[in-house]
Amino acid sequence: MNANDKRIRWVKEPALGMAGKSYLLLFVQGLATTLKHLVSRKKTVQSPEERHEIPDPIIYRGVHRLNRDEQGRVKCVACFLCATACPAHCIDIVAAESPWPDREKYPQSFTIDELRCIYCGLCEEACPVDAIELTSLYDLSGKSREEMIFDKQKLLSIYDQTKDAEPTRTERLKGEGGGGKAE
Amino acid sequence: MPTIIIDNREFEIPGGVKLNCIQAAKLAGVEIPHYCWHPGLSVVGSCRMCLVEVGSKDAKTGKIAMQPKLVPACNQTAVEGTVIVTNSEKVARTRAMVEEDLLLRHPIDCPICDKAGECSLQDYHFAHGQDQRRADLQPFTSRRRDIGDVSLFVDRCILCSRCVRFAKEISGTSELMVAGRGTHEEIDVVENHPLHNNLSGNVVDLCPVGALADKDFLYRQRVWFLRRHKGICTGCATGCSIWIEENQDRIHRLKPRENPHVNQWWMCNEGRYGYPHVHSDKRIVHPIRHQRAEGFNPSAECETNAAFSGNSSRGDKPLGSLSHEILDWTDLPTELNQVLRSSKHLGAILSPFLAVEEAYLLCKMLRGIDKNAMLALGPIPVVGEDEHFPKGFTVRAEKCPNRRGVENVLTHFTGKIVPYGNFLKSVEKGEIRGVWVAGGYKNDWIDEPTAKTFESVELLIVQDLFPSPLSERASFLLPVAAFVEIDGSYVNHADRLQTVPQAIRPPLGVRSAGSLLWEMSGRKGLYDAQAVLREAAHEILYFSAAAGGVPEAGIDLKSNLLAGMGKIEDSSKIQQA
Repeated sequence: MNANDKRIRWVKEPALGMAGKSYLLLFVQGLATTLKHLVSRKKTVQSPEERHEIPDPIIYRGVHRLNRDEQGRVKCVACFLCATACPAHCIDIVAAESPWPDREKYPQSFTIDELRCIYCGLCEEACPVDAIELTSLYDLSGKSREEMIFDKQKLLSIYDQTKDAEPTRTERLKGEGGGGKAE
Repeated sequence: MPTIIIDNREFEIPGGVKLNCIQAAKLAGVEIPHYCWHPGLSVVGSCRMCLVEVGSKDAKTGKIAMQPKLVPACNQTAVEGTVIVTNSEKVARTRAMVEEDLLLRHPIDCPICDKAGECSLQDYHFAHGQDQRRADLQPFTSRRRDIGDVSLFVDRCILCSRCVRFAKEISGTSELMVAGRGTHEEIDVVENHPLHNNLSGNVVDLCPVGALADKDFLYRQRVWFLRRHKGICTGCATGCSIWIEENQDRIHRLKPRENPHVNQWWMCNEGRYGYPHVHSDKRIVHPIRHQRAEGFNPSAECETNAAFSGNSSRGDKPLGSLSHEILDWTDLPTELNQVLRSSKHLGAILSPFLAVEEAYLLCKMLRGIDKNAMLALGPIPVVGEDEHFPKGFTVRAEKCPNRRGVENVLTHFTGKIVPYGNFLKSVEKGEIRGVWVAGGYKNDWIDEPTAKTFESVELLIVQDLFPSPLSERASFLLPVAAFVEIDGSYVNHADRLQTVPQAIRPPLGVRSAGSLLWEMSGRKGLYDAQAVLREAAHEILYFSAAAGGVPEAGIDLKSNLLAGMGKIEDSSKIQQA
């Protein structure tokens, strides 16, 4: 794109007035913010005894989960789009022909290196069947690096743990009457 | 040179060859989308994707007359004065219509389709299709049918009939057909006559969509993870040009690379699926020194084979009276040089799997140490008879890539080719005390009794891919890189030399024969196969045509030799003067 492209709208910085130049107003504004926080409700929580309150668990980007379909099978179709989108290369999938007659392909193994993951959420965006989602669980810990490589079983268990508190995107869309993605 | 006008631009196309409008446009840098047309198959013009506006320019008046209807570019020969319009509104609208029609019942299961990423339907839809789906059909799954060597996803098919024409024209087996009429048309085979021939793998490459799937490659990798490298198939003496497609040094599939002089667009199943030995865990992956104890009888050792491969946990244990030690590559070239120099009467067996450069370096080095070293050609694997197909594609019975190349290197150094049998006799008589066996065979090539002949040899250096009866008796057992792991040149049955670069790295602990011999012959720096080939080309008349580099399709050594005979003699005279 050229600098003289017609589609570019050039915006000038607004000139400072008398009040702005004196900085007095800005000084008062800044001090007001500080004073407000002095008297407002405390935000610090005594973790882990107290839990952080997450405003919207749906959009929070915590540990991944692998969703199950209606029959309790892994929903993932092993299309590798999450692995392709992943900027940290932390997803490793081994695909195979599925053992079920109504499905063609499924992940024989599905592992995410939670230590390598940067929690950007691109895998969730890339997934065509809403199989991988980020939950609001944020405090994950382990005793070794190997332990932090989550396999299919572990990721499915996170789904079982969080499915009630955090419905899948497909279920939310159904609830809104928008209809889930065709599968 | 005929001149055509394409999209308001004049372009000269080469004369003397019949080109259709798709080919002519391609030369001019304009892509005309097409599904059913393939340069190697007959024209049917059924997909209607290549419809363009065609006209002709009157040579006398200069007036252009366009045909009223759109014409399939695949069936229109480009001649002097042909006018092609590919960028008009009318053409664009037609392409969008064709795309919409093809996608009406095409399942949108791209996420699980192996073709996604290299699919013509995807690519053309993005380039020429409509953004919105008007149909309320939303098919998501495809029926799958086993039709023999490949899998057929029935609903993904767009009925281009490339595979049907291939089976009829190229493999000549005619297993495939279009069954049904109208919207019920499907690709199928007759019951009890599955698609089964040595070229069947090509229909997967031909398929512009994901309807035909390779059973070997199915669901292994997404195609965008694969990197492709130029290669040569070493399955037989035809030496097909291939693409080696790998991800992280693991080959996932081999595909034919277009080469009009060798394989055109095809390759056989034998070559296509002939790569798993590269990743076999039976491969020799460490240089090993064996110490032979007195009175040792290796034939009594039946379990040594497993121990020789690097994956064995018993790697360092002495086996019976034979002890072996895993060596490091650092000092090995010097050590080998020393033992070779201290040994009198050297001999070597060069397998027809060696690249020209490796054979040349080995002969040069051994002849440098012992100027009477006996150099012989290893056994040539021959299986069955040549398999000919209607349009000239041939799978050779000679299952090695470089007999001609190695033979000519040997002839240069020894004057005539020493038969393998004669070499064995000399070994038996004790005329040869030190033997270098440069193997690289894909499967068993030496039997127990023959290997026993070598027991009398003082120094036996064996380079091979897999353990064999001979490798058990080797003083030094050296691993060697497989065909995809080396820079090198092969000469096929018709004296065509092709050069390819390394595609994947060899397993840890394996070093290519070329780089070892390069260091052993005292050359500095990294192994440079091209420099070796140049050197060989200057020294050996047969390879002289390769002196100036090798083009992608290879060079015909024989005809170049015959044509350039006079010139080379002249230049050698000049050099001498």
